[in-house]
Amino acid sequence: MSVAADDRQQKFAGYAHPDRLVSTQWLADHLGEPGLVVVESDEDVLLYETGHIPGAVKVDWHTELNDPVIRDYVDGEGFAALLSRKGISRDDTVVIYGDKNNWWAAYALWVFSLFGHRDVRLLDGGRDLWIAEGRPLTTDAPVPSPTEYPVIERDDTVLRAYKDDVLAHLGNPLIDVRSPEEFDGSRTSAPAYPEEGALRAGHIPSAQNVPWAKAVAADGTFRPRAELEEIYLAGAGLTPGADVIAYCRIGERSAHTWFVLQHLLGFENVRNYDGSWTEWGSAVRVPIVTGAEPGAVPVR
Amino acid sequence: MTDLPASLAEIRDDFLALPEPQRLQLLLEFANELPELPERLAGHPELQERVAECQSPVYIVLEVDGDTVAMHATAPREAPTTRGFASILAQGLTGLSVADALAVPDDFPQSLGLTRAVSPLRIAGMTGMLLRAKRQIRARTAGAA
Repeated sequence: MSVAADDRQQKFAGYAHPDRLVSTQWLADHLGEPGLVVVESDEDVLLYETGHIPGAVKVDWHTELNDPVIRDYVDGEGFAALLSRKGISRDDTVVIYGDKNNWWAAYALWVFSLFGHRDVRLLDGGRDLWIAEGRPLTTDAPVPSPTEYPVIERDDTVLRAYKDDVLAHLGNPLIDVRSPEEFDGSRTSAPAYPEEGALRAGHIPSAQNVPWAKAVAADGTFRPRAELEEIYLAGAGLTPGADVIAYCRIGERSAHTWFVLQHLLGFENVRNYDGSWTEWGSAVRVPIVTGAEPGAVPVR
Repeated sequence: MTDLPASLAEIRDDFLALPEPQRLQLLLEFANELPELPERLAGHPELQERVAECQSPVYIVLEVDGDTVAMHATAPREAPTTRGFASILAQGLTGLSVADALAVPDDFPQSLGLTRAVSPLRIAGMTGMLLRAKRQIRARTAGAA
C-alpha cells in the first residue's frame, strides 16, 4: 500500500517527478500511517542511535547495502532479507532521510531503485532540517513486523554504469560531482576526508565538474528547478534528453546528483558510475585529464 | 597483544564479550562519555591536531606531564562514531607512561571486534587517530630526555 504524494509544496510541483520528495510537514502529518515506512540512512553508523524520527528504521549503507565480500551491492536475496527485516513491503511508500544533505539517503534511494522499489522518496532537507525545526526525535528502537519482501534481481542496466560503459560513453556528457581539488588532480579524496584507494588523480576526459552539494540550499533542501537548471543546463551544458553519467569517488555523492538529474530535472537516461574514481583512478591505461578544464576525449 | 596496557585490554575485552549489535551500543556509551576539552585547551585551536583520516571533524591534543600521558579530544555530537573512537583512546591512553602509550600496537582498533559492525573504512579513521596520538607523544618528548 502506498501513501498519497506531498502535493502541497509549490516548489515540488516544478520538478519533473514531484512525488519523489516529501516535506518535513508532510512527514510529520503522515507518520504512523499504514503503508508508509521511514528509513534513516547516515554516513555515521551510530547517528541513528542518538535519536531518530519516531518509528524510522535504520539502513546502513556500508554494513547493509554493500556485499560484505565483493565490491558490489547486496543481491536480490540479500535485499529481500534486508527489507523483510525492516518491515518493508514491496508496495510500501518508503521515505528516506539522512545526515549531510541526504547524501547517504540519496545513495540508499538509488540502491532501492536498482531493485525497482517503486515508491521511494526523499525527505527534503533531511535529518538536519527535521531537527532544526524542533520536530521530535526518539531513541526508542522500533520493532518492525517482518514482511515477506519478494526476491527481485537487481537491474544494473538502466541506472548503473560500469567502467566499460563509461569508456563506451566517452563523448557524451559526464558530470564529476567531486570537489574542485579532486577534479583538478591535487588530491584523490574530498578535502578533510581520508586519502584512500586511487593511484592516480584527476578526472575522466570531458567531464564537467559540478560538486554535488551545489544542488542544495543553505537549509539542506533541494534548490528550486530554475536554480537547478541554471547549474546543470546553463552551467554544465547538459541539454534536455541527454544521456548522462555521474561519478564521484565511490558512487555515493553522485547518487545524490543522479537523483537531481533524474527526478528533479527529468533526464531519462542518467546512470551512476559507482566504481567512480577509486576504480578509474587505479585502472590501467584509462584516459585521465588533470587541471581545472574538462579536457578532450582521446581519439580512439 | 602482550604490549597492550591493562586499560586498553579491559576496553577490548568489554567489547569482545558482547554480541555484535551490542558492541555498537557500547561504542555509543563511550561517545557520550567523551569529556569536554579542558578550558586551558578549548580556546587554543593551534594546540589541537585535526585527524584527517576521520570523516568528521575531530581534533586531538596529547599532553605529557613528567612521564604521564593525557589525551583530550573534541568531535561534534553529530559524529557519534568518531566521538566513540576518540573516547576509547582518551580513556585508554590517559594515565599511561610514555613508553606504555608508545607500545600500544597500531592495529589495536582492529582488535575491538567492531570492524564488521562499523565497517573497515570507519575503523581506519580510528587507526589514524591512534597513530597521530602516538606521533604527538613522540613530539612532546623529543629532546626532553
